Amino acid sequence: MCLAIPGKVLSISGDDPLTRMGRIDFAGIVKQASLAYVPEVIAGDYVIVHVGFALSKVDEEEAQKVFGYLKQIGELEELKEPAP
Amino acid sequence: MKFLDEYRDPGLAQKFVREIHRITTKPWKIMEVCGGQTHAIVKFGIDELLPKQIELIHGPGCPVCVTPLEVIDQALEIAARPDVIFTSFGDMLRVPGSTTDLLAVKAKGGDVRIIYSPLDAVKLAEQNPAKEVVFFGVGFETTAPATAMAIYQAAQKGLKNFSMLISHVLVPPAIEALMSSPNCQVQAFLAAGHVCTVMGYEEYFPLAKKYRVPIVVTGFEPLDILHGVLLTVQQLESGRAEVENQYARAVRREGNQPAQDLIKKVFKVVPRKWRGIGEIAQSGLGLSETYAAFDAARKFDLTDQCVEEPAECIAGLILQGLKKPNECPAFGSRCTPEHPFGATMVSSEGACAAYYRYRRQPESFKS
Repeated sequence: MCLAIPGKVLSISGDDPLTRMGRIDFAGIVKQASLAYVPEVIAGDYVIVHVGFALSKVDEEEAQKVFGYLKQIGELEELKEPAP
Repeated sequence: MKFLDEYRDPGLAQKFVREIHRITTKPWKIMEVCGGQTHAIVKFGIDELLPKQIELIHGPGCPVCVTPLEVIDQALEIAARPDVIFTSFGDMLRVPGSTTDLLAVKAKGGDVRIIYSPLDAVKLAEQNPAKEVVFFGVGFETTAPATAMAIYQAAQKGLKNFSMLISHVLVPPAIEALMSSPNCQVQAFLAAGHVCTVMGYEEYFPLAKKYRVPIVVTGFEPLDILHGVLLTVQQLESGRAEVENQYARAVRREGNQPAQDLIKKVFKVVPRKWRGIGEIAQSGLGLSETYAAFDAARKFDLTDQCVEEPAECIAGLILQGLKKPNECPAFGSRCTPEHPFGATMVSSEGACAAYYRYRRQPESFKS
């Protein structure tokens, strides 16, 4: 029920902050969603959408951190492996 | 899809799994609060990748599951009226009330429609001025901004033929109720990421402190869940009980302020009964006095009937993490998603339904 998925904002229509809508691309499926709750979002941003509302903007820098962390784990593991 | 596929990479998942195995020395019971996470855990078999000492307990975070039987009955009563267009998210349609469900009402000629967004219901009300349009407003904090906006816009448009049957629930009071129960076995929580996109996670600091439990805000993809478990186990093994944010790409500490503002404007916090658990103080949202005219229960003069759940159902124990679905004698035989006895079998996000779909032993395997 709390399913929310990331999509890319293709374009934005409307000036009234309350009724601002975005065309959002979800891996090829394009749907309209309200941008009323993400006033900072511009075309090209990724947003998390739930029942027709963008609830937050995806922070790309934070998104990369988990992979940086995994890389660290990987390097530590390699250190532990005996040299060939 | 960016921000989705890379979080399902099996090779990277294995790295997390190995790290969790490496640091786990004691048995730990961790509850994932959200039904969406339960579904992902059972679907991807994440629990089976973890060390034997780690038990994932499936929490009550499925709004469809915890909507009380009497509210479902109210929905059925409204939906059967000839002057009503009853709108709902699709997953409420199969949920049985005490005698029937919305699909059956629709089959008998009731105008029941599945909609994607609560705003679609507002549009329907504008297009059908001679009908009463009612939306079944069910959900956690994640969904509340959408229902709040629908009410707010309906009020702005001066719509008199739009109302909502509301059964909104809140996560932190449910965590508090679980932790204060004498039977509670939960030692840490994966908090529901999408609830926190709206509410942030400041509400969890006092809970982590009071009950000395780690609370890790966690996303929904396999890598997110494994990362959330890793952060949780790191805390448990080192004796810490802090609030951490695994899902930082979507969740800010303060949450979404404009959404919280509108929720506060349209709703007020009320006591709410949870199916399978019972009433929890201050655990729901109801319409504030300003918007009371949009309350369908009031508009159609519905009374709260007390309805008994089937005695055999152990959904309450499952929602508190005291039993697993396959420990129920009715599971998969007398109780199925087509003929559910109770809360946790009714929605695909309920623990019983997830086990039914992904964990049932094929007939040929049974002795």
